[in-house]
Amino acid sequence: MEIKDEAGIYVYSDKELDRTEGKAIEAMMAHCQQPISDPDAWLDEELRRNILLTTVDAALNWARRSSVWPVTFGLACCAFEMIAMAASRFDIARFGMEVYRASPRQADLMVVAGTLTWKMAPQLRRIYDQMAEPKWVLAMGACAISGGTFAQSYSVVPGVNRIIPVDVYVPGCPPRPEALLYGIRMLHNKIAKRSIISESR
Amino acid sequence: MALKTEPFVINIGPQHPSTHGVFRMRLTLDGEVVIDLEPVIGYLHRGIEKLAEGRTYTQNIPFTDRLDYLASMSNNLAYVLAVEKLAGISVPERAEYLRVIMAELQRIASHLVGVGCFLNDCGAFFTPLLYMIREREKILDLFDMVCGQRLTYNYMRIGGVSHDIPDEFLPALDKFVREMSGFIDEYDQLLAKNEILLARTKGVGILPKELAINISASGPVLRSSGVKWDIRKADPYSIYDRFEFEIPTGSVGDAYDRYWVRVQEMRQSVRIIQQAMEQLPSGEVLSEVPHLFHPPVGEAYGHIEAPKGELGFYLVSDNSIAPYRFHIRAPSLINLTALRDMIIGWKLADAIIVFGSIDICLAEVDR
Amino acid sequence: MTVALSGKEIATKLEEQFPGSIVESSQESLVVNSEFLLPVATFLKDAPGLDFNYLTSITAVDYYDYFEVVYQLTSIEHNHSLIVKTRCYGRDNPTIPSVVSLWRGADFQEREIYDLMGIRFDGHPNMKRIFLWDGFQGHPLRKDYL
Repeated sequence: MEIKDEAGIYVYSDKELDRTEGKAIEAMMAHCQQPISDPDAWLDEELRRNILLTTVDAALNWARRSSVWPVTFGLACCAFEMIAMAASRFDIARFGMEVYRASPRQADLMVVAGTLTWKMAPQLRRIYDQMAEPKWVLAMGACAISGGTFAQSYSVVPGVNRIIPVDVYVPGCPPRPEALLYGIRMLHNKIAKRSIISESR
Repeated sequence: MALKTEPFVINIGPQHPSTHGVFRMRLTLDGEVVIDLEPVIGYLHRGIEKLAEGRTYTQNIPFTDRLDYLASMSNNLAYVLAVEKLAGISVPERAEYLRVIMAELQRIASHLVGVGCFLNDCGAFFTPLLYMIREREKILDLFDMVCGQRLTYNYMRIGGVSHDIPDEFLPALDKFVREMSGFIDEYDQLLAKNEILLARTKGVGILPKELAINISASGPVLRSSGVKWDIRKADPYSIYDRFEFEIPTGSVGDAYDRYWVRVQEMRQSVRIIQQAMEQLPSGEVLSEVPHLFHPPVGEAYGHIEAPKGELGFYLVSDNSIAPYRFHIRAPSLINLTALRDMIIGWKLADAIIVFGSIDICLAEVDR
Repeated sequence: MTVALSGKEIATKLEEQFPGSIVESSQESLVVNSEFLLPVATFLKDAPGLDFNYLTSITAVDYYDYFEVVYQLTSIEHNHSLIVKTRCYGRDNPTIPSVVSLWRGADFQEREIYDLMGIRFDGHPNMKRIFLWDGFQGHPLRKDYL
């Protein structure tokens, strides 16, 4: 449908919008053929020398890892195991994470749950860019890690790490909520080892 | 002096807490009232139909799990029925009864999530959904006992089911079935005459009967508009003709009717499971089918009454180990055809309610 | 039990009404010439005793020489069903008349067939891609794609 204002100029035309978005998707496909390397700055041990900074680090990291708020990004089947994890049986409220924010500005963690297609990829990148630092990404399920069963398809991104850097990978199809909780505990351990100096590099 | 207004286009984007997945609507609003709507889908299009042409018939069963992931048993059943129709394979009695028990348990689980998410959209933020997920966890425990998986089961096979049930299954199922009616009464007490639910859903998003038939709607959407059409009664597959159950039908076709039809269907499913448990015979669960299976040249269309509507598989075979054409008749895609007609004239908040009441699953829409 | 009507009987009825419309017929289905598709479909929908008011599904299959579009029709009142097929030749720009004016349920399904197989439907109000993005080259479900 198209909407014109009084001067006869297009205010909104759905065909124009489709064309622009199609170009953005093709550009992304051409650009993202190699996986982005995983962020592993936390492995750097030599910088943790100053005792005062280490205590401040410990306090900050404790605060950050005790209230990691996820952004709602369920794509496909894994989303339901994520919801089951947030429900009362496999409670993530005991880790302070039951607050699922819809707005990426207020979130720390993005759990990419489900298959990512090329049509959705620019939106994923946009939501990731809108999250404020420090932010982490958890790739849940085989489809997010490497494309899963659908890896040879013409429209599936073979792994979310082509588009955004991933911190923790949780395999499974779908991973049980207990497995996802284990992955989240690994993420908490990773956050505990961050240091301020390496962040500001 | 009249205010100059102009229509405003808003995007309810693919990442949204109420869109049940990656669905996008471009709404044209005049103030708060919707004057035009364009659904944009395809954000989860994984090319299953093309991938299935490169895999054998048995290897395609896990693909069908991932279609409507809330009703994997039903998807498996529809596909396996289509293949058995194509090749003329018969299924042992015990396997038929197990299939019916699993399909009806799956219907209850799917409707629990459908109704829970709909109530979430209506504003009862998480409480009804948490109650319904509590019941659903019991059903998922039963499925875990049988096939080891909680969401994508891969349980049905061509010619039967893959495993027989363990000994703990029937007592646990008996306990669940006895308690389930009590739970549905508990929800009805809280919700059926709830003022807020009635105010938000009565008369909202009406789908008239002729339009429902014309757009090929199926499942609870069609039945809530007053059409008494259920594949389990109209074209019985498997052994559904041996059970006694009713088909709840609505009258008006608004969002409240669609909610009510789903709750009543849960009660009928409990009835069917009780009858199936009493009549369950003993015997084999899988008939002899060759490992690399060559059906004869031909085509077949097998359909079932899945929780979301009529799920059908159209298979064309050319006597090789992989299907020549594998097409899925997705109920959610076809039920979405009337979305525009149902929402135009209502406000933005009602758009979310109407969309939630149709209860679609994006993985089935996009395949 | 839904009765699957015999393709041969319906074919004889249709030949009387529209001579030259039937290409072939068998027990399960009948193949209609694509120029006669709309008149035949209107007749099947409105004729008393047939009343096919519910379009169950539309699919397209790629046999290398031609594309075949398969319509599964059902009548809710009489509880019978029928399979109608039509063929279109040529791989560059195959076209078939659209049945959206009769059964609105064909809307998204015809867009899907255009998107994945490349068959255009004349008379469809909104013939554009539905699953893949604008600018995608090719039609993936064809047998000669990749």
